[in-house]
Amino acid sequence: MAHLDLDERQIERARKAAGNIADSVLSFARSHSTVAIERAILRLMGVEGADADGVPLVNRVVEIAQKENLLGKGIATYFGNCLHKVGDPTEAAKAIAEKKIALKEDYSDDRARDEALKALKRGISRIKGTVERRRALLQKLGDGGSTPLLYVIVATGNIYEDVVQAKVAARAGAQVVAIIRSTAQSLLDYVPEGITTTGFGGTYATQANFRVMRQGLDDVSFELGRYVRQCNYASGLCMPEMAVLGALERLDVMLNDALYGILFRDINMQRTLIDQAFSRVVSAAGEIIINTGEDNYLTTADALSAAHTVLASNFINEAIAKRCGLKDWQLGLGHAMQMNPMMEDMFLLEVAQAQMIRQIFKHCPTKYMPPTKYMTGNIFRGHVQDAMFALASAITKQGIHLVGIMTEAMHTPHIHDRFLALEAQGMVMNMARHLGDEIEFKKGGIIEKRAQEVLRKAMEMLEQIEKEGLFTALEQGRFANVKRSFTGGRGLDGVFKKEAGYFDIVEDLLLKSLEEDEAMGARG
Amino acid sequence: MKQWAQGADPHNIKPYGDTMGDGWVQMSFTLPVALCEEAREAAKKLAGKMGLSDVMVYHEADLGYGFSFFIIYGKCKHSVDFARIVCPKVVEKKMTFDEINEFIRTHVGRPIRVIGACTGSDAHTVGIDAIMNMKGYAGEYGLERYEMFETKNLGSQVPNEKLLAEALEFNADAILVSQVVTQKDIHLSNLAELIDMVEAAGIREKVLMICGGPRITHEVALELGFDAGFGPGTTPTIVASYIAQEFVKRFGKGLKAKT
Repeated sequence: MAHLDLDERQIERARKAAGNIADSVLSFARSHSTVAIERAILRLMGVEGADADGVPLVNRVVEIAQKENLLGKGIATYFGNCLHKVGDPTEAAKAIAEKKIALKEDYSDDRARDEALKALKRGISRIKGTVERRRALLQKLGDGGSTPLLYVIVATGNIYEDVVQAKVAARAGAQVVAIIRSTAQSLLDYVPEGITTTGFGGTYATQANFRVMRQGLDDVSFELGRYVRQCNYASGLCMPEMAVLGALERLDVMLNDALYGILFRDINMQRTLIDQAFSRVVSAAGEIIINTGEDNYLTTADALSAAHTVLASNFINEAIAKRCGLKDWQLGLGHAMQMNPMMEDMFLLEVAQAQMIRQIFKHCPTKYMPPTKYMTGNIFRGHVQDAMFALASAITKQGIHLVGIMTEAMHTPHIHDRFLALEAQGMVMNMARHLGDEIEFKKGGIIEKRAQEVLRKAMEMLEQIEKEGLFTALEQGRFANVKRSFTGGRGLDGVFKKEAGYFDIVEDLLLKSLEEDEAMGARG
Repeated sequence: MKQWAQGADPHNIKPYGDTMGDGWVQMSFTLPVALCEEAREAAKKLAGKMGLSDVMVYHEADLGYGFSFFIIYGKCKHSVDFARIVCPKVVEKKMTFDEINEFIRTHVGRPIRVIGACTGSDAHTVGIDAIMNMKGYAGEYGLERYEMFETKNLGSQVPNEKLLAEALEFNADAILVSQVVTQKDIHLSNLAELIDMVEAAGIREKVLMICGGPRITHEVALELGFDAGFGPGTTPTIVASYIAQEFVKRFGKGLKAKT
């Protein structure tokens, strides 16, 4: 069986360093909250919809709380106070937005906490409902059985058109369908409302659009007799809200990586790491598989010399995720090495790194991606490139395979681009299904040495970051060659420290519900 | 310089498969009809309307939900007069890294200030980074590495307003805009808007406006009101050569002496 001789002590040291890094990030994160987390809490408590100007009610309520200087104690209790007067969460939010009631009116702490707790528990039981529904569907239909799961994107800008593309893709073999968001959505500090048909470079992620796609994918799941997973993004400035909406609307996979937002969207590091800590707990409760964004680091950094930064980040992401209640099977750690396919023996290095990641994160559905950076307008060569990466993925038994599409560098995929890519890569996967069981790597050969070198460098990098902290590492540009400052980037004004008496029960409640499930042996 | 294969008629150029003038073309498309005999016939008829004869449907696939896919070969009936085609060229002479620095030193006498950004909602900095970053692209150093360019790369998702403000602040001689991802031609309206804003700010005559990206050609750029456009495969020295030469041609030495 394909196996690389990796130094277990180095893996252990890397994990230990990553654990310490995660602890220090999380202790910072958990003493803070953000406007996005507070809005997510309102969504969990059942608030939906927007005002007449299209501003989401959750934004209105949080803005009012911020203005009245109440946010430091958390929105949940003040909103609970209003729920006491207006039972329905959305109606209560409307009344607050229209200034018909005030957050602090007749405030009684015990009663407010009681009401808040009731609403939150309703939200959590809705999430549990979607978890049970997914389990039932998976039990009834299965997911096609074969791994890696074939993951494709749709991105027409119009949710109805997306459903058509998604259904055709599913029929052609896709097992996970990701709906790419409208390109600027990650920088919006609100979640747009309603069904949308006018995105650019992708389709707005909204609660209504989630439902439309869920319905479409459920329909095709029944037609095909296998469950097709839906993927979207818990990232950007609304990361916590997207996590809640994903959990409420039965999304199965969500991209979730603060580092990605920091590096490539210039979102403030404090903001998004705080948001991420909350989001991951929500995704854990929703039994959502998260995908991390390391597969993009090497688009800006030199792929050959910086491969270890991907692995180092995988370790950090693993450590943070596990501390947020996520299980191995939910960690779709991303990796794509973005090495130039024109280089001699590049395939060997690809296999080396993919196999290394596979062995280090044994039980995680690692997510592998072909090098998008080297796709050109030459669709014929690109098609072969993508096939080679499918082979690497099959040999090393990746968990999720992002199906490369030959028109990648040209436009969002047309219906047959995706069809042809799935047909070809599905074929490769099938013809090499058990190749990994049959081959052995040469001791001390190019492949094994490469993996050992990357692991050693990742471990050294992690031990360095352990000393200086993740924030400093980001300031120094250790990932993706991109430098970000502690107070720079977007969204810092939405960060605040939790005051004494902050209603810190959301994460507790969610974590507790996870523990209860585990005690009952309900979680896989 | 234009060249053609032996036996080709430059006034009547058409595709070549294996015999001069055969006109063989390959194409593929999806029709929104379920696959059946009539669907195949529709694909053939459509290819005929596109100007192909001897149409062969070599492959077809039912995509489901009322869609079918075709791979078609046919002989193109049309030809073009290659001899009469003239394209505006962006760069007169491609120079090397050292030549460019020397050229600017001699003819301008100070570094040329270049500001770059990926504008609008576009988050893909691959293009602008390839041209501007120290590391460069395809074995060539990016503009940041040149002694005679002073550069500022604003990165991704920069609103046109911000780019303009930064360009004014930076006293830019050239503005470099990259647009990678597009849908329904949003990149074109972004670029056109930037030109309008630069004109409104009254600096259009003072800066070189340059755009680049996979969908950009020099011709498209000129239509949009830019001075130059660079498509896929453009390397840093091509852009650098252009800026150096065009700057001197436009402004000459000392004409735009700035502090």
